[in-house]
Amino acid sequence: MQPSGPGQSGVILMIKVENLSKAFGPKVAVDRVSFTVERGEVLGFLGPNGAGKSTTMRMITGFIPPSEGRVTVGGFDMVTDPIPAKRLIGYLPENAPAYADMTVEGFLGFVAELRGLHGDAKKKAIQRVVEMCFLESVRYQSVDTLSKGYRHRTCFAQSILHDPDVLVLDEPTDGLDPNQKHEIRNLIRRMGERKAIIFSTHILEEVEAVCSRAIIIDRGQIVANGTPEQLKQKSDVAGAVLLVVRGVAGAQLIERLGGVANARRAAIVKEEPGKVWARVYPKSQNQNGDLARGVLAAASTWQVEELHTEEGRLDEVFRSITLPETTKEDKK
Amino acid sequence: MNSISNIRAITKRELSAYFSSPVAYVFIVIFLFLMGLFTFMAGGFFERGQATLEDSFFMWHPWLYLFLVPAVGMRLWAEERRVGTLELLLTLPITAWQAIVGKFLASWIFLFLALFLTFPVVITVNYLGSPDNTAIFAGYVGSFLMAGAYLAISCMTSAMTRNQVVSFILSAVACLLLVLCGYPPVTNLLIRTDWAWLLNTVTAFSFMSHFEYFTKGVLDSRDVIYFLSVIGFSLFTTGVIIRSHRAG
Repeated sequence: MQPSGPGQSGVILMIKVENLSKAFGPKVAVDRVSFTVERGEVLGFLGPNGAGKSTTMRMITGFIPPSEGRVTVGGFDMVTDPIPAKRLIGYLPENAPAYADMTVEGFLGFVAELRGLHGDAKKKAIQRVVEMCFLESVRYQSVDTLSKGYRHRTCFAQSILHDPDVLVLDEPTDGLDPNQKHEIRNLIRRMGERKAIIFSTHILEEVEAVCSRAIIIDRGQIVANGTPEQLKQKSDVAGAVLLVVRGVAGAQLIERLGGVANARRAAIVKEEPGKVWARVYPKSQNQNGDLARGVLAAASTWQVEELHTEEGRLDEVFRSITLPETTKEDKK
Repeated sequence: MNSISNIRAITKRELSAYFSSPVAYVFIVIFLFLMGLFTFMAGGFFERGQATLEDSFFMWHPWLYLFLVPAVGMRLWAEERRVGTLELLLTLPITAWQAIVGKFLASWIFLFLALFLTFPVVITVNYLGSPDNTAIFAGYVGSFLMAGAYLAISCMTSAMTRNQVVSFILSAVACLLLVLCGYPPVTNLLIRTDWAWLLNTVTAFSFMSHFEYFTKGVLDSRDVIYFLSVIGFSLFTTGVIIRSHRAG
């Protein structure tokens, strides 16, 4: 009763979420969310606290049934056919729960048995994840004596024990130190090559480092869906040129830069005696460095210290999308 | 086949959870201490001068189980919900009833062990006289079944809350009601009302009245079915409660 190993099954579309909604009483936690995840994709799930990330993941893994909509995992409906669907999934819940009274070895053994691994297969699987998650030194220690990082990795180890086709990770790097975060990210990226992975986080650099695609969810609804690069394009500063000049007055600088072809407007970012930081925003999408060349030509007589085209910042996109409407207007 | 191996894995884990903490040892020591105390002191085992366990030993079981069994069952689900492992357990490829049965069996086996360790009482009565050992055996069967019924009710209340103390109190009260239905002071009160049907209905629900037959050496299928149906009903309700929590 093993889940089909990676590459063996021809299914590419691993997770399909259609019009998924969840209401707790009158409060709508998730509101008509739809997306798909294919094998080989790492989907980052972003959103402020309480946006509905964990609720969505709990519905995908079959812990709570949806109020409306459908989840299919590897072609199996999670509500009508939960057992084969759950076999395909490895799940790391939020806060990485584990049975405190068991040893790491005992805990992994228990999960392995419920995953249908026995005897030699069980031993091999445990050995593999213990090595992958660096748990050798605490293998026979009881879970409640572990530090947070080790407990987290123990629960992570549990999720990849059966080498699942689908991985659902709820804040997998939460509470880890920078080295451990790096390890886990590398692990996720490596596994993402042959699995379908969804993970939630609110660390934006993580999304850029690991994800092939990201979804931003806010108040239960999907507000953005694309590759990290596409999302960054939505940023106000995407394609803008940042210029650092010495020995020119700010007003004069702005006047000249505002006249550059392709420039929508120019603004001073920061001004120090004898040194000015200015940003030139593009009219439309800045292509092939037209704007940068224009700015360079305009600045040819100045003492330019630095000039580069900005990529756009994910945190800015995230903030502008997920801030409540009222605060957005206040800022204007 | 698969479901049996899943139930076995859960039962094994729950049993080892009892023994990897002091809970199991404290419970067994107190259980045996109280059993001995009540049998030999309050029950007047020696003073009676009878080679029987009915009035000195078994009569205390419904009362002792009242607070000892909820102590065993209270953590079964409440703890899982408090720590969050419930999410882990129910997203594994097992059904909820496999988890419910696995957990129940583990606690029932544990209670069986505690009950088994009262065997010195049986040896004592056999040494001192020649008792009806089939009646004693029937008493043990009844006691074990009754413990299962108490335990299933504790299971149910444990699923209702994430607080073990609340779970303990709820199940102790629920079991108390089921015991009192057959307690003579209560039934005497009902006899005076002249409504035979009320008396019969109430006593039919009691642990006491059904357990009494076992201690007298009567293994009646009706009493066995009574305890098994209490277990079945409570475990079914446990499943309903767990499902309703997940539905929000």
